[in-house]
Amino acid sequence: MKHIDAAIVQNELSRLITDCLITPDKAVTTALENIKTESYLERTAAALIVENNKIAESKRMYCCQDTGQAVFFVKLGDQTVCEGLEDAIHNAVKSAYKNARKSVADPITRKNTGDNTPAIIEYFLTRGEELEITFLAKGAGSENMSRLYMLTPADGEKGIVDSVVDAVKRGGKNACPPLVVGVGIGGVTETACMLSKRALLRPVGTNNSRADVALLEKEILAKVNELNIGVAALGGNLTALAVNIETAPTHIGMLPVAVNLQCHSLRHGSVKF
Amino acid sequence: MKIENCKKLFLPTDEAHIKDLKKDEVVLLSGTVYTARDQAHKRMAAAIESGNELPFPLQNAAIYYCGPTPAFGGMVIGSCGPTTSTRMDSYTPLLLEHGLKVMIGKGVRSDVVAQAIKKYGGVYFSAIGGAAALYQSTVKKCELIAYPDLGCEAVYKLTVEDFPAVVTVV
Repeated sequence: MKHIDAAIVQNELSRLITDCLITPDKAVTTALENIKTESYLERTAAALIVENNKIAESKRMYCCQDTGQAVFFVKLGDQTVCEGLEDAIHNAVKSAYKNARKSVADPITRKNTGDNTPAIIEYFLTRGEELEITFLAKGAGSENMSRLYMLTPADGEKGIVDSVVDAVKRGGKNACPPLVVGVGIGGVTETACMLSKRALLRPVGTNNSRADVALLEKEILAKVNELNIGVAALGGNLTALAVNIETAPTHIGMLPVAVNLQCHSLRHGSVKF
Repeated sequence: MKIENCKKLFLPTDEAHIKDLKKDEVVLLSGTVYTARDQAHKRMAAAIESGNELPFPLQNAAIYYCGPTPAFGGMVIGSCGPTTSTRMDSYTPLLLEHGLKVMIGKGVRSDVVAQAIKKYGGVYFSAIGGAAALYQSTVKKCELIAYPDLGCEAVYKLTVEDFPAVVTVV
């Protein structure tokens, strides 16, 4: 059995959250620096976002004011003991968000919880002495534009492609493009939704290891970038940087497809203990 | 980044100046804007409907859909990019009817709002979503003027200088 001190987890997570909220995924800035577009507006918007990300990094400021709801993916080995782990995660959010925006409220009264808790935590039980925690900041602008499609098996691959393109067409302009499009296919409703969010963590520029799924990713990415939404929704060809699909087996009578849109402020990172 | 040969607009403005703006034009905004997002809009709409005083005069005013991060370390304001304008659509025609002229946010507006903007001679500017640190550097003054209980959703009076935005509905 491996014992891990929850106080150490809390401190490390707090530092990780702050770093992530300041600097978005470098792949986004690189793609915007290297943008090829005919559109003056799209070029201007891309240059402004690149400048924004540089200002954020040099001044240690948050790159986006929507510092999001804090989402965690926790891989916990069955030979690992970390007493008070969940409290440590919530407390890390409390301390890291002291200077960040408190964006979490009761859904009915809209009263703010005041410290950005509770965090959203998804656990994966693994074998061994592992503890790996991944943080993702999820802002409302892009999360609000996410969708779930309950297709039938007859809808097939065409149905999948059409659904993802439909989600971007409907919501892409409000979701702060260029986007990373997370797609979860299969399982039951929540499986598809969770897969679609986990898909956002896959590095931009990589494809699913399954060849048929990778083909779908490429086909959808090409179609999405023909929608003329573009950087900052000012028209152009860089609507999405990536379409990342994750799959799970589903019921013989079902084909759930969840689409989770992620803005260009892609803020995530992992820490291992 | 310097945006060259770009139109400038001083806020508050009026219909005569707004008439000169063209869709998709990049404009540098300077002057006074008031932040307001979901809950502040709800309260302002309720104030208009019940005949109560508004937190700031709406006549010719500019509203920035924004909920900043807290200021720290001697900063005027924290990071302050635009939020999604669509969520304010249901309140917007009423505010335009009462004098609002300029809105700054990100994303699309409904057909109803676009018609109201044209009817009342207003303008909707798109700011660059997610460029919150860049916009922070354009804010010279920030004053909390209403609804402090709303935290980041309170109404702040901002003085901005050369705030880049794109004419989207006019």
